[in-house]
Amino acid sequence: MLALDAARGAGAQYADVRISRNRVQSINTRERRVQGLSDNETFGFGVRTLVGGAWGFAASSDLTRDEVARVARQAAAQAQANRAALVRPVVLASAPVTKEGTWRSPAKIDPFDIAIEEKVALLLSANEAALKVPGSRFVNSAMFFLREEKTYANSEGSFTVQTIYRASPSMTVTAVSSDFSDFQARQSTDIAPMGRGYEHVLDAKLVENAPRWAEEAVQKLSAKPVDVGRYDLVLHPSHLGLTIHESIAHPTELDRVYGYEANYAGTSFVAPPEEKLGKFRYGPEFMNIQGDRMQDGSLGAVGWDDEGVQPETFLIIKNGIVNDYQTTREQANWLDWWYKQQGKATRSHGCSYAQSWSDVQFQRMPNVSLLPGEQNLKWEDLIAATDRGIAIVGDGSFSIDQQRYNAQFGGQLFYEIRGGKITGMLKDVAYQMRTPEFWNAMDMIGGKDSYWLWGAFGDAKGQPSQSNAVSHGCPPTRHRGINVINTGRKA
Amino acid sequence: VSSLRSLVTAARTLGREECEALAKRALSFATADETRININSGGRGNTRFAVNQISTGGDNYDATISIRSTFGKRSSVVNTNKLDDASLRSAVQLAERLAKLSPEDPEAMPELPPQTYTESRGWSEATASLDPPARANAARAITEPARAAGLVSTGYLETQAGATAIANSKGLFAYGRQTALSLTTTVRTADGTGSGWAGATTHDFSKLDPKDLGARAIDKARRSVNAVAVEPGRYTVILEPTAVGNLVQFITGAMSARNADEGRSFFSKAGGGNKIGMKVVDERVTISSDPLDPEAYANTFSGDGQPIAKTTWIENGVVKNLSYDRFWAQKQGKQPVPTSGTVRMSGGTATTEELIASTERGILVTRFWYLRPVDPRTILYTGLTRDGTFLIERGRITRPIKNFRFNDSPIYMLNNLDAMGRPVRVSASEAGGPGLAIVVPPIKVRDFNFTSLSDAV
Repeated sequence: MLALDAARGAGAQYADVRISRNRVQSINTRERRVQGLSDNETFGFGVRTLVGGAWGFAASSDLTRDEVARVARQAAAQAQANRAALVRPVVLASAPVTKEGTWRSPAKIDPFDIAIEEKVALLLSANEAALKVPGSRFVNSAMFFLREEKTYANSEGSFTVQTIYRASPSMTVTAVSSDFSDFQARQSTDIAPMGRGYEHVLDAKLVENAPRWAEEAVQKLSAKPVDVGRYDLVLHPSHLGLTIHESIAHPTELDRVYGYEANYAGTSFVAPPEEKLGKFRYGPEFMNIQGDRMQDGSLGAVGWDDEGVQPETFLIIKNGIVNDYQTTREQANWLDWWYKQQGKATRSHGCSYAQSWSDVQFQRMPNVSLLPGEQNLKWEDLIAATDRGIAIVGDGSFSIDQQRYNAQFGGQLFYEIRGGKITGMLKDVAYQMRTPEFWNAMDMIGGKDSYWLWGAFGDAKGQPSQSNAVSHGCPPTRHRGINVINTGRKA
Repeated sequence: VSSLRSLVTAARTLGREECEALAKRALSFATADETRININSGGRGNTRFAVNQISTGGDNYDATISIRSTFGKRSSVVNTNKLDDASLRSAVQLAERLAKLSPEDPEAMPELPPQTYTESRGWSEATASLDPPARANAARAITEPARAAGLVSTGYLETQAGATAIANSKGLFAYGRQTALSLTTTVRTADGTGSGWAGATTHDFSKLDPKDLGARAIDKARRSVNAVAVEPGRYTVILEPTAVGNLVQFITGAMSARNADEGRSFFSKAGGGNKIGMKVVDERVTISSDPLDPEAYANTFSGDGQPIAKTTWIENGVVKNLSYDRFWAQKQGKQPVPTSGTVRMSGGTATTEELIASTERGILVTRFWYLRPVDPRTILYTGLTRDGTFLIERGRITRPIKNFRFNDSPIYMLNNLDAMGRPVRVSASEAGGPGLAIVVPPIKVRDFNFTSLSDAV
């Protein structure tokens, strides 16, 4: 409150303050040793101000009264300086005030209550289980936990307190050929990071899964190099989540669409909104893409976003057509005309986020998910229906252009499909695609029983680059006639 | 503007004496066999501009302490930014408790005794004192000409002023402070059919000319309008220094001796061992790191207290050194070779224009984007060209062309080398922050492997 008063005293028409305490624990092991064990805590506050339509932001780890007042005044002074080149003043869409709100991730077990030796023992037993598989040479395993205690207040009277948890167990097993001519790794991409507590680590069953990951790494050494060409691709949810992230979630961020991220993350082909909303066919009729910050255990779930807005679930793509974008309070007004046409209120979808107290909040993606199809098809059904194709499991190498047209994706495991059956393992596979063609080539989709929540920590955007954590739910899908290249070379 | 300055304190960093006192205070709470303290403090300021106006900015200050406690071969690390006595004491106690609970590390190395260090350089008052109004002025030197030309500028200015210190219970102490700054801009035409980029990074703001940088991006944006498609394939390319920096940093990033010795690196030798002594790129290529390089300063000590001296990684095409951490060096009977925050590649005297003039048919690349590893066996990467890709015919730039995706390795690239120009410091971080301090030349390379077209502008 001191910060908000000081900011308003310095001329701010609007101000908000976030105070957060982030505790992060990470444990990294390789083979039979612990490589790193660290416990980090960072505590501080950030003040954002709006002066004459320009933003200012300042932050400090020093929570003394004098410093809080100084930082608030600094944020207001910075906003004043930033007005110098003002063209279009910031106007915030209205948002309901939450006088006193509390929210907590659905974590059953606080990871920081679990003894370190239990965590270490679990990782080392998983490593041991992987190393028992002949041919597996190296194994890395890790656990990462976050607990963020975040208090938010704004000058409109909102005040919220949230406790957010994230947990990520992971392993990588590497196999090396006996003559040192090849090496192949298998990452545990079928275990996604989640917005849960230590129970997620237990559910991941690392010790039980490790021998399978090791066997798959060894199998990759003798897999057949892929022949280049066009194939029908059957994509597992553990792979497809990343493709959705890059080719749907990023291009529908409204700041990108308007050019605000042109210098780094890029712009978007889903622009301008006047030509795309209600008009542009992204994919087939059965393609529905949902934005939300609600799904149970998802990384994007919160009670309120970083400008006090309670997020809502919204359809970004409806029956294959672009229907909406990801927004903050500043951005919702930009689509006022569309919401009026649709008979909807103009409001933020709750997509404001900052990675820590020291960074300014801005538009970040919520969970962006492909909703399951009406027929309850499974992974096996999609393979059985495919005559000549490749099934891809797990995400691997990825790269996409700055407008999100041209992308290239690898994977963890590649299987040749012939006559509806998996006939062997392939390696050195990557597919190259153009986003609208790729999604319009989707002709089969799995049902609700095959829906799975993929997730990632390292979603980067903004300058300075901030890291966001999101989940992407999806069933398996099939895409016809996609261009596959061979990435293997001789050193 | 002057009245604003009084509200905005210049970047704060902890001085040598403050770091010594803080380390001593933390060490006084320690009961472990060995304790190491790392301290980082400083301020970061940034101004973003988009659509020809300042969109956001930020100024923050933080000071963190990292405590590494070791009992025998058991250790752990605790980091905190709460520096009062009670918080420090509890952080030390937590580190000691976690260390005792962790298993013995067979690769544990004892803390180093006191070392002799060369003093770190690279502090600039011009950078450390840059405040929001001064940053806004730098942004306007780009946005105003862009707007006047009917173009749309977006960009980012970041300053860092920081101090780092290390101390341990054996009496080792080192301190260094540095500034860093980067300014990058992407200028697009209003209809989105042209895009040009320019960027620079330096430790010293007074060496930067925002107006000139903006003018280069404006020029490229104008010249890149209505690009035509050229068939993907293998082309002679002229890579501007930024594009070279984008790729060469992956070579130095892959030079771990341990990964090589373990058979999981490009630097692994067939049949076992590593490629030290083997020729891997063109004999004109030398890649080295010198923390006192006046164009690319870096810290003179590593996080575990080793002094960092000049290191040559590749000399005349031959692998001279790989990085060895203290454990692996001892195990292999070698001297430790710490990694460095700075890289320099050899070059020639030609300008980019002279490289273009010598080219019958080729492609000029301004920078690369979304670089991701595809195959670590060959340091094979994929990525795309961006913000200024042009066709060269008979020694001249003749037209803008659509962007390409490539799949290639910086190792192959430096084997297919035709010519090198004069090395310059570049902003090689895709995110536009200061990143690795890297000095590289523009180069002309044969048979660069473009695998598909992109419609992105």
